[in-house]
Formats: sequence, structure tokens, C-alpha cells
Amino acid sequence: MSQTLAAPAIPPAADLQSGAEVLLRALKDQGVEVIFGYPGGSVLPIYDAIFQQNAIRHILVRHEQAAVHAAEGYARSTGKVGVVLVTSGPGATNAVTGLVDALMDSIPVVCLTGQVPTHLIGNDAFQEADTTGITRPATKHNYLVKKSEDLARIVHEAFYVARSGRPGPVVIDLPKDILIGKAPYQAIPETPHRSYRPATDPDPAQIARAVAAMKAAKRPIVYFGGGVINAGAAGALTRFVRKTGFPCTGTLMGLGAYPSNDPQFLGMLGMHGTYEANLSMHGCDVMLNVGARFDDRVTGRLNAFSPGSTKIHVDIDPSSINKNVRVDIPVIGDAGVVLEALIAAWDAHPAPSDTQSVAAWWRQIAEWRGIDCLKFTQTQGRGDTIKPQYAVQRLYDITRELGRETFISTEVGQHQMWAAQYFRFDQPNHWMTSGGLGTMGYGLPAAMGVQIAHPDALVIDIAGEASILMNIQEMATLAQYRLPVKVFILNNQYMGMVRQWQELLHGGRYSESYSEALPDFVRLAEAFHGVGMRAESVDQLDDVIRAMIASPKAVIADICVDQKENCFPMIPSGAAHNEMILGAGHNQRAASITDEGLVLV
Amino acid sequence: MTTPAPNTSATISVLVENEAGVLARVIGLFSGRGYNIDSLTVAPVDDGRGRSRINIVTSGTEMVIEQIKAQLDRLVPVHRVSDLTREGPHIAREMALIKVCSTGNDRAEALRLADAFRARVVDATTGSFVFEMTGSTEKLDAFVELMRPLGLAEVSRTGVAAIARGTRVI
Repeated sequence: MSQTLAAPAIPPAADLQSGAEVLLRALKDQGVEVIFGYPGGSVLPIYDAIFQQNAIRHILVRHEQAAVHAAEGYARSTGKVGVVLVTSGPGATNAVTGLVDALMDSIPVVCLTGQVPTHLIGNDAFQEADTTGITRPATKHNYLVKKSEDLARIVHEAFYVARSGRPGPVVIDLPKDILIGKAPYQAIPETPHRSYRPATDPDPAQIARAVAAMKAAKRPIVYFGGGVINAGAAGALTRFVRKTGFPCTGTLMGLGAYPSNDPQFLGMLGMHGTYEANLSMHGCDVMLNVGARFDDRVTGRLNAFSPGSTKIHVDIDPSSINKNVRVDIPVIGDAGVVLEALIAAWDAHPAPSDTQSVAAWWRQIAEWRGIDCLKFTQTQGRGDTIKPQYAVQRLYDITRELGRETFISTEVGQHQMWAAQYFRFDQPNHWMTSGGLGTMGYGLPAAMGVQIAHPDALVIDIAGEASILMNIQEMATLAQYRLPVKVFILNNQYMGMVRQWQELLHGGRYSESYSEALPDFVRLAEAFHGVGMRAESVDQLDDVIRAMIASPKAVIADICVDQKENCFPMIPSGAAHNEMILGAGHNQRAASITDEGLVLV
Repeated sequence: MTTPAPNTSATISVLVENEAGVLARVIGLFSGRGYNIDSLTVAPVDDGRGRSRINIVTSGTEMVIEQIKAQLDRLVPVHRVSDLTREGPHIAREMALIKVCSTGNDRAEALRLADAFRARVVDATTGSFVFEMTGSTEKLDAFVELMRPLGLAEVSRTGVAAIARGTRVI
């Protein structure tokens, strides 16, 4: 039996520390270096303990939601567990959006929430909320510590749960009396968890079936997602794809897991994915999905999704298998372990792959690529309007030319899709975006978390003028910790994606999507002790980008872009992959949107 | 459109850590994801290891039933998920307390039927009976329907407890 069930030996009184001290000791043993948090009444004992030590750094955010997003940015850029500390009641409820965001995108986060003393729980005490009740569907797991002797064990268990299997957020609710009272310390247990032991090693029979299917494939495609990045398996994925010579495409969450500039990469797939990626998904005969979950943004209309292909699905979470799409060969395991097994089995398999058919498939893909679905027209006259795509492309070109390590975060909307399409990632863990939940206001705090973890790197939040206002208060955090995050706003004075859908689906009735009464972002940056700059026409763009990057301070670069630009290509909701709309300049008629499609978001 | 897949019923037993909130997690999973609960029972099972057993009767397409099992299995305090309907023969029983208020012929008829169904009289007044009955859900349903015209006043049922036949254990 696991030692956790054995009665803990009560150590002599001298070994007993306060619950808050035990908590910090456990965090330190878990390798925690940074906590993102905001104090309040019920967590004062923890803040007192933080004050009296130097091992763990606390970053004071300006809103609890931002604390979670910052921890997500930290976690995604380092592969470690992000840690959040908030107070009871409103502190915890403010954190909920961040927790769901981390849940949807499988980001390991441990969130410590304060709670009223145990004897007051249920009495509607000041700043009391049923945090474990509220966060139950918002987390992978949560705990309420009711006894001091459980504290250390629960902290260690929370870290284990957050990072094991499919990672996710875990809440530990800490009543104030538990933090003040004496508690025994327990080291990190060496025995396996009593009930939660996700399998990481795949069934060899499934590996053999998968390789046999791929060896016989005539029109194969590899489709990868964020699971590859979480598993640290980008290298294995790249080796496997190169070895097979197969084309590959990535989800929004997977970008960077395979080098974007490699000719075998077809670009992102899905609603705003490339023509070649989506048509390859539609026309393939064997699909290998590694660490992606057949999300509705990716599949389009389910009953028309990749008809006739043999689908292999590699996922660490058995509940992802057959959830949306019926697959033929499920492989449950860690993406890295599975990819290594696939590589070994590919080499060992006696049959050669069907290189002739695959070559013909590549010729077909080259034809689709010839459409150049991401092309746009940027006129270069003095005073000409900046196309948002061009702004992202120049940002990419200039950062690449400078050669500095660059991390990109985004908010949510058109700018996010343009960032995904035109900024090309060659490494994993350098791209942070809110994929599953689609949280506006994610990018600035996430960039903050990245900059804390990588003080010398260039960290840019590609933002929209609407999203950025959702967590703009974090400019103060940037100032306090001298974090030189760059906020690159594609300002089209609209909630662009809402405007685009209203144009395409709601007869051009732009209901409430105009960004009325915007702040002056240059002066806003200055008010927050940063640097503000603006590009109003294409001739100013490069200078602004270069000045932004060169600045040692936090910068808001307000890039005024074409208000009417839409994000293409696009698979309309309810349409299939082969019914995508291309942008202006492409000679193709829009797919008709059905009533069924209209109810989808 | 393809024709929708048919719904089937499943009796699922879940062995869980006996800790606060575990039932809420299971129920929340069902309501949050839109699954049906036709019956649910929970109680500690005395194996000295602090575990409880939850029995759930649910219905859905094959794909949904598979999802339900996978979703249950990934809850942290869940030890084992067993689909009794699909893993072999099993026994499912529930208990009901059925109050019938009537006089004269109806009362006599209720008692005769109770005897035929092997229901026990656990409480009696001159105007009422409370029958206790154990059996399959279908048997209890049938008895309750028979009592309806005979003065059925109130029913209290436990929900299904289920276990595999033979040597197989969860």
C-alpha cells in the first residue's frame, strides 16, 4: 500500500512548522522558483512566510486572472509547472478563467487559493466562496486541505497530478487556520499514486498496426498538436516525419513542434489553416494524429471530415480517443515514447513504404500549394495602409534577421490567426496562445510569465486593440519588474473576428463590434512607465518594429492596420475541409453556410 | 445525414477513493458533459481501504458509453471503472419501499399481489401498507404499476446495486 495511507508519524514539536512554512518548503522541494500571485486576508500567513525566505520569488500581478495566464506562459515556455497564489473569495473566482484556459490547453499549473478558517466554511463568511465547488469543472483536480497533517502530502500530490498524464491545472484550497497552525512536513513520496497512474508506454501491437498502415500508405499525412510539445517530443516528431518523408501539418497548439520552414510542413490546419494542409487532411488515406484531439476548429463538419482515411490517434488521454472522430488505430501513451516506438518499428518493419505513391501525393500537394492561399497584396506607397498580415510578416522577418531568441504570445481573434499563419516557429515552447478556451486578455500576462522565465529573450505579445484592454492593468506589473515585454497591437478598431463573422454570416450588421472610444495607446504606455509608438502607414512600419525591439523597456506598438481585412483562408462553420473560402484575389466562391453551421461558433 | 446511432443502456460500477467531493465529481462529469443518469447509488464498501463503490445506470450511443467510461477513469480519485453490461453477465438489484393507502377490496388485492411478488409488509395501519421489495428494476416497475390503481401513495427506491456474476471482481 502507498505510504500516504499509513498514519503519519508525528514528529517532535521542534520539527513542526506553521502550515504556511510547510507549504513553502513543499513548493521548494518541488523545484518552484516563481509564484505569480496577489495577496489578501486569508493568505496573509503565506505572504508572511514568503517575506521571510529568498528561495522563491513572488511576482505581484494586478489581477488574479493574469496570475494564472502568467503561470501558463511560464509553464509553456519552460516545461515546468506554473504556480499561482490567490486569496479566498474574489481572488479565487477571478482565477477561474485562467484555470479553464489551462484545462483546455493542458497546461500544468498549481493554483493555491486562500480559504476562510475551517470552522467558518459554509457560514457565508467574508470573502468566502465554495472554491472547490466552483473550480471542480475548471481544473484537472482540486483539494481542500482540512487537516494540517495532509498539507504536505496534498501539495506534492497536486504537482504530480498537474504534470502527469495529460497535464492540467490543480487547485489547493487552504483554510487560514491550516496555514497558521503547526503542521508536520512530509517529503515527496516515492511510492506511486494510489489511484492516478496514467499509462505512458503504448501497446506494442498497436504500434505494429500503426506502422503497417503507414508503410502501405499512398496519401499519408501526419497531424500533430500540443501534446507533442507537452511531451517534449518535438525532436522525435521531426525525426519521424523526416524519416518517413510524409507531409505534416500542425494545430494552433502544436506550432513549433516541427520546423515551420521545412518543406515537409504544410502549415497550420483547421478553420484558418492553409489550403494545402486542409485538402491533404481531406484527401489522405492514412492519417497519423499525434497529441491532438480532433477539435471542432480542426475537423470542420464531422461527417465530412477526412472521409475514407485510416486514422491513427496517439494520445495520453484515453478519453480523447473516439470522442469526436471514430479512429481505427488508437495508441494510448506519451507522445515521445510513442514516437520513439514508431521510429524503431518503422526501421524494423520489412516492407518498404510506397514511395512512388507518396511522390505522386507530394505532386498533388505541390499543386495545392501553388494556390498560395496566404498571399495578400501590400502596396508600398507613402502613406499606404498597413495590411495586418504584412505587419506580422515584417515582425517575423526582422526578428529573424536580428537572430534573438523570440517568444510570441497572442490574445484572441484575427491577430491571433494572422500570427499563427505568418509568424513561423522553428522550435517548440516559443508560441503561447489560448487555443481551447479562446481567452481574450491571455497574451499580455502570458508574455509576462515568459519574460520572467527568460529575462534576456525577446517576448512579444501580438495583440488586438480590443483584447489587450482585457488585461491592460498588467502593464503595471511589467513596470514594477522592469520586464521589457513588447505589445504589438494590430489595431483595426474592431473586434476583428466578430466583425468578420458579422460580415460573412450576419449581413454586415456590425452589432457592437466597433472599438469605440479607444485609448491613445502611446500615452497609455507612457502612463504605465513604458514606451509607446505608432505606425500609421506602411512606410513607418519597419522603423517602429526596429525601435520597439531595440527599446530596453516595455513597449506598446500601436500598428494601425486595414480595418476591413478578413482572415483567410477560412472553413466556414459547418463546412468541410474541401469547402474552404479563399481570400480576395483568389477566384473561388464562398461555400454556402447552412443553418446548422450558423449555430456553431 | 446518417441515421443517429441507437441508444443502449449500461450499468457501470466505479471504485473510488472515499473522500469528500468524489460523488460531486462524478455527478458533475455527467451533467457537464450532458450524459444521462438513470440511476446512481453510492456507499463505502468495507474493504478496509477507504473506498466507495458507485453504481451508475446510464444510456447513450456506444461512442458515448465509451466516453463516459474513459472520462470516469481519468478522474484522479477513481481506482477502477467496470462496465458490467459489456464485461459479462451481472446481477443488478434495487430495493423499494412502497406505500399503498386503500381500504376494502383494493386493500385486499394489494396484499395478494404483494404476496405474489414476494414483497414484505414492513408497516401496516388500518388504512395503509408499506411494502418492502427487492429485485430487478423491471420487477419493481411492474409492481409499482400494479399498485397504482390500488391506492399507491408514495415510492422510495434505492437505485441499482450491481455486481458481476461468477469469480470476476471489479
